[in-house]
Amino acid sequence: MNLRGVGVSPGIGHGPSYVLTVSVPEPPEGATYTGEAEQEKERAMAALTQVAGELEARGNQAGGKAEEILKAQALMAEDPGVVVKVRSLIDRGLAAPRAVFEAFTKYRDVLAGSGGYLGERAADLGDIRDRVIAQLYGQPVPGLPLAPEQPYVLVARDLAPADTALLSRDEVVAFVTEEGGPTSHTAIMARAIGVPAVVACPGATGIPAGVEVMVDGTSGEVRVAPAESDVADAVGAATARRAALASWNGPGATSDGHPVPLLANVGGPAELDAAVAAGAEGIGLFRTEFLYLDRADPPSAEEQRRAYRAALAAFPREKVVVRTLDVGADKPLAFLPAPAEPNPALGERGLRRFMRSPAMMDVQLAALAAEAAESTGAGLRVMAPMVATAEEATWFTRECADHGLTDVGVMIEIPAAALRAADLLAMVDFVSIGTNDLSQYAFAADRRLGAVSALHDPWQPGLLDLVAMTAEAATRVGKPCGVCGESAADPALACVLVGLGVSSLSMAPSALAGVRAGLAAHSLEQCRAAAQAARAQPSASDARTAARVHLPGLAGLGL
Amino acid sequence: MGERKVTVAAEVGLHARPAATFVQRAKLAPMDITVTKSHGGDSVNGKSILAIMALDVRQGETVVISADGEGSEEILDELAAIASTP
Repeated sequence: MNLRGVGVSPGIGHGPSYVLTVSVPEPPEGATYTGEAEQEKERAMAALTQVAGELEARGNQAGGKAEEILKAQALMAEDPGVVVKVRSLIDRGLAAPRAVFEAFTKYRDVLAGSGGYLGERAADLGDIRDRVIAQLYGQPVPGLPLAPEQPYVLVARDLAPADTALLSRDEVVAFVTEEGGPTSHTAIMARAIGVPAVVACPGATGIPAGVEVMVDGTSGEVRVAPAESDVADAVGAATARRAALASWNGPGATSDGHPVPLLANVGGPAELDAAVAAGAEGIGLFRTEFLYLDRADPPSAEEQRRAYRAALAAFPREKVVVRTLDVGADKPLAFLPAPAEPNPALGERGLRRFMRSPAMMDVQLAALAAEAAESTGAGLRVMAPMVATAEEATWFTRECADHGLTDVGVMIEIPAAALRAADLLAMVDFVSIGTNDLSQYAFAADRRLGAVSALHDPWQPGLLDLVAMTAEAATRVGKPCGVCGESAADPALACVLVGLGVSSLSMAPSALAGVRAGLAAHSLEQCRAAAQAARAQPSASDARTAARVHLPGLAGLGL
Repeated sequence: MGERKVTVAAEVGLHARPAATFVQRAKLAPMDITVTKSHGGDSVNGKSILAIMALDVRQGETVVISADGEGSEEILDELAAIASTP
């Protein structure tokens, strides 16, 4: 069996499949049992206790933030309200799985109705319910294996940040998801840890559990039970290509010497080693959400400083651009409950949320300022996410200045900010284009929705126009304009971005070698010609084809 | 009937870790524990994390914790301390 999806993180990965079952079937309505009510109740209680015990044990093993979350979930599994409800439903004749289903669903609906933080916990209850029902049916319990015997290919309908937060490449050799697009969390996570991934792959969850699967994260091909010789060939070709790319090193530049600093996108201190090893010339995007997610209390200034210090220690002479906290209704914080929003992507997130949480903002800016003052290298810069207007940019710059931070920028992710880039640039020292969100907002297409993922082609001429407008405005005033979205990770598109006037590129470390080799094979003039040709086309696929005509060196590199 | 009236001090309110710690302690008590928002409303089972969460007590709100029977005073003191920990 062969499947095809969209390759979003390059490379070949193969191993036994692990199919993450997200939905356990609903036990039939009105299902009854044979035998005594007491026995049926005991069966239900045993399953609840078993699941609570497992959650508790997983918590002990995970430690830290995960421990807190899992232990609270264990309490929910054995909640006295649930227990009473399950027992009375069994007394009324319902079979244990159905009684469990109805009891948890009742509480889940109550919480979901409250929205916000409580609404998020409703999803937890659904997960606990499924575990208990799986237990009663004798099915494997949904969730990731704790200590897999060998690295596996993770197959799922879609993955949430919480599913993938604790994964490493020692455990997972590839991701395959039925939904999601090139900028979904699965794709970003996969690129960050350097694991091949295919998303928007119809039929993926039909892959039998445990069967050997080979994933080509470049072509998007997923082969189920491939011949051993095919695996060997594919792995050999990928290794040869990597070796060829690795032979290019040194700072990023075009063949005629136009410098283009190649920086790394980093999601936390754990990813710093990979960025240094890949030869990054600094950090173009240091995300700070890892400091805040999945915990009960906000991080202290000292804890934050340790993280920023680690980044500066990894890049002592290079620049490190730290993005202030970027959360919203889709990434809820336990200590900052937010009301539920019908459109979280269009809601109070990024800088908007920051403006409304002055205490939290103060701690982060003060921690950044303290590290900036102590660093001796090219140093630390700060930028804000989700900036729409020049007023917001002014506000942020002023807040930074109050804390003593001087090198301040904003991200260009909202079409209005790109259209009026000149106004924003007048207020800040640099801009950085986040092409993923810019694409989401320009095309009115949810990044997480597989059904609209075709619109999220980074080659869309409309998106290229917005990048060009921003880069031109920056060039006019002599300020840097970087790209830190996933566009920068495509070697052909990286050349086009440079041709549009972008001054630095920041990407997942695994993409640096390809982009460095691609740039080095072309002159600035070729990049400009490719950019012009791409913008002259009416569609993304035409733009890609037209650009490549001017970038003859890519084919020879296998890019 | 023993009672303690406490103002919840944690920034997250009686949710997340404070709620879990509260319920873990309440569960060990032999007698019933109830929690009521002081501005009226239903009394809920203090051993039920779901009931406590659904009560939705925010930072700065006051609740009444009640328990009756031998040892209830000590337990109420401990629970009041948990609820008022910032």
